Amino acid sequence: MSELSAGAIRRKPLVVQYPSLLIFLGCLALFTVAVTVLSEGFGIGVISTSFVKTLGKTLCLCLVALAMDLVWGYCGILSLGHMAFFGIGGYAIGMWLMYARTELIVIESLANQALPPTAQEISDGIATQIFGVVGASEFPPIWAFSHSLTLQLLAVILVPGLLALVFGWLAFRSRVTGVYLSILTQAMTLALSLYLFQNDSGLRGNNGLSGLQNLPGLGDVPQSVVSVWFLWASALALGLGYLACVAIVSGKFGSVIRAIRDDEARVRFLGYPVEAYKLFIFTFTAILAGIAGALYYPQAGIINPAEIAPIASIYLAVWVAIGGRGRLYGAVIGAAFVSLLSTWFTGGQAPDVNLGFYTIEWVNWWTVLLGLSFVAVTLFAPKGIGGLFDLITAKRSPDRHGADLGPDAGALREKEAET
Amino acid sequence: MSALLEVSGVSVSFDGFKAINNLSFQIGNQELRAVIGPNGAGKTTFMDIITGKTKPDEGRVVWGDKSQSLLAMSESKIAQAGVGRKFQRPTVFEDQSVSENLMLALKKSRNPFSVLRFKASAEDAVRVEELASEIGLSGALTRKAGELSHGQKQWLEIGMLLAQDPKLLLVDEPAAGMTPSEREHTTDLLVEAAKTRAVVVVEHDMEFVRRLDCKVTVLHEGSVLAEGSIDHVTSDDKVIEVYLGR
Repeated sequence: MSELSAGAIRRKPLVVQYPSLLIFLGCLALFTVAVTVLSEGFGIGVISTSFVKTLGKTLCLCLVALAMDLVWGYCGILSLGHMAFFGIGGYAIGMWLMYARTELIVIESLANQALPPTAQEISDGIATQIFGVVGASEFPPIWAFSHSLTLQLLAVILVPGLLALVFGWLAFRSRVTGVYLSILTQAMTLALSLYLFQNDSGLRGNNGLSGLQNLPGLGDVPQSVVSVWFLWASALALGLGYLACVAIVSGKFGSVIRAIRDDEARVRFLGYPVEAYKLFIFTFTAILAGIAGALYYPQAGIINPAEIAPIASIYLAVWVAIGGRGRLYGAVIGAAFVSLLSTWFTGGQAPDVNLGFYTIEWVNWWTVLLGLSFVAVTLFAPKGIGGLFDLITAKRSPDRHGADLGPDAGALREKEAET
Repeated sequence: MSALLEVSGVSVSFDGFKAINNLSFQIGNQELRAVIGPNGAGKTTFMDIITGKTKPDEGRVVWGDKSQSLLAMSESKIAQAGVGRKFQRPTVFEDQSVSENLMLALKKSRNPFSVLRFKASAEDAVRVEELASEIGLSGALTRKAGELSHGQKQWLEIGMLLAQDPKLLLVDEPAAGMTPSEREHTTDLLVEAAKTRAVVVVEHDMEFVRRLDCKVTVLHEGSVLAEGSIDHVTSDDKVIEVYLGR
């Protein structure tokens, strides 16, 4: 008996501890293979290229939802600013994509001149091409590294990471928690988006960065192929991200952050530096969001400041809530389900409902439906879609509403009291 | 005997109300002490000051052989230095199993990066088993703490404190809401714990304090009214007047 339960306490391999990990990775691999086989680029062409892109983008949204679940569902920090990190990741990769592609075009157009173009001429040409729309013809300092793919890829990780580190350090150190922290993160993403809307922000104002679907130097590779490449990359990132998240939440670290979510002060009195844990999770998830964004925007083709408006981060929270926070697959299911449904409704594919006196056009009414289902999930099914899996495994969590049964009921347990 | 904790001349006020008024208090390395007092005497604030939750307006709080001041330290640093605290309401992590709760409390590095790499060794598992049997929860290791009865939660919290292995244990009304037999078990646990460390029990149940059989400090309006054995303080005129209300 003793040995048996001692074994139960000791850490087992991840897969044994988290059977859902294998199932998830299996489903993801199956999905990727299936899409590849059905795609136009590599398979029989049942799925259109634009739908392959939609699926690839959905995988990126699943990754950022995973990050949101880690920071909110597990650590209890309701960040309403994680889409800012997602956007920053997109901008970072977008700068290189745009620079490198414009460089090729400029070199090509200058090749017909009598004299070979100077480096300055090329640089000026690129700058005029990129910044013409905002009335500038010089590179802003922020583009200093845009010529280098390596440096911009580093920026995908470092910029969201550093921003989260500084922001989180200031906020957590001052013990800002709960709704105040949510408001602060909303303010952060709003400030960033308003700043980027300005023409002199150096990132083309409200035009944003465009043409990101074209990979520099691979102009003759058709989009049908490129879209599958990005699908693979997104699936790989989601798989690795899921693995990393499981590794974090399954061990003692996960135990600590769930404890922080439930009773922060108590964790402090156990001797854990709560702020350091929160900062770790906040920064890690910001980096995850940045990577997701860097994979999303080349598939979307365009990024502009509206993408990091506060509403985007609120949608992210809605996905995670509907999918079921506090369980990693819940976040993934929520993001995939809601964003695909959203694409279907807002794409005009959903049939309108004619009530005789009024026609419900889903393009407009979808947000109402989404809002209502969010309220319904919050009120009636706080575990979200993921809660359905509990019905299968018959897992129960303690009911916190009844509080303790108290001394009057003696050692009566909840289950006994119910029957 | 050198003191483990020395609180001297501490005052703190909230919005002009003096919750603690020039309080001085000392406890040795292996001592059991009961702190009693009527509501509003400053018992909880006193614990808040020691654990770093509240910073006093004046006074000194000195800790350990090296005479460190606790005033400049954060709550988590103070806890790491060896001060454990049990709250009045049982605060265990209801969503986690009994063994996870105990494992969280086990005296190990609290650094996030070492926690990330943490793997429970065989000794850790055995230690958790020992603690569980000490608090009578051997059979409940895999159950969620939220399913336990009130008394069991109190013990689990005491178990977590023992796992922390603190040098000083602050316990706030451990017997509140317990059945008589649960109280007896709790008394035994505390007396046993005080053999290897200092234990301060805040309580206002006289019977319970009497059973602890230790030195008693009576607080009133934020300062010490009387100190001594239970018989000594209960026969003190001032104590009878303010506390026993006779």
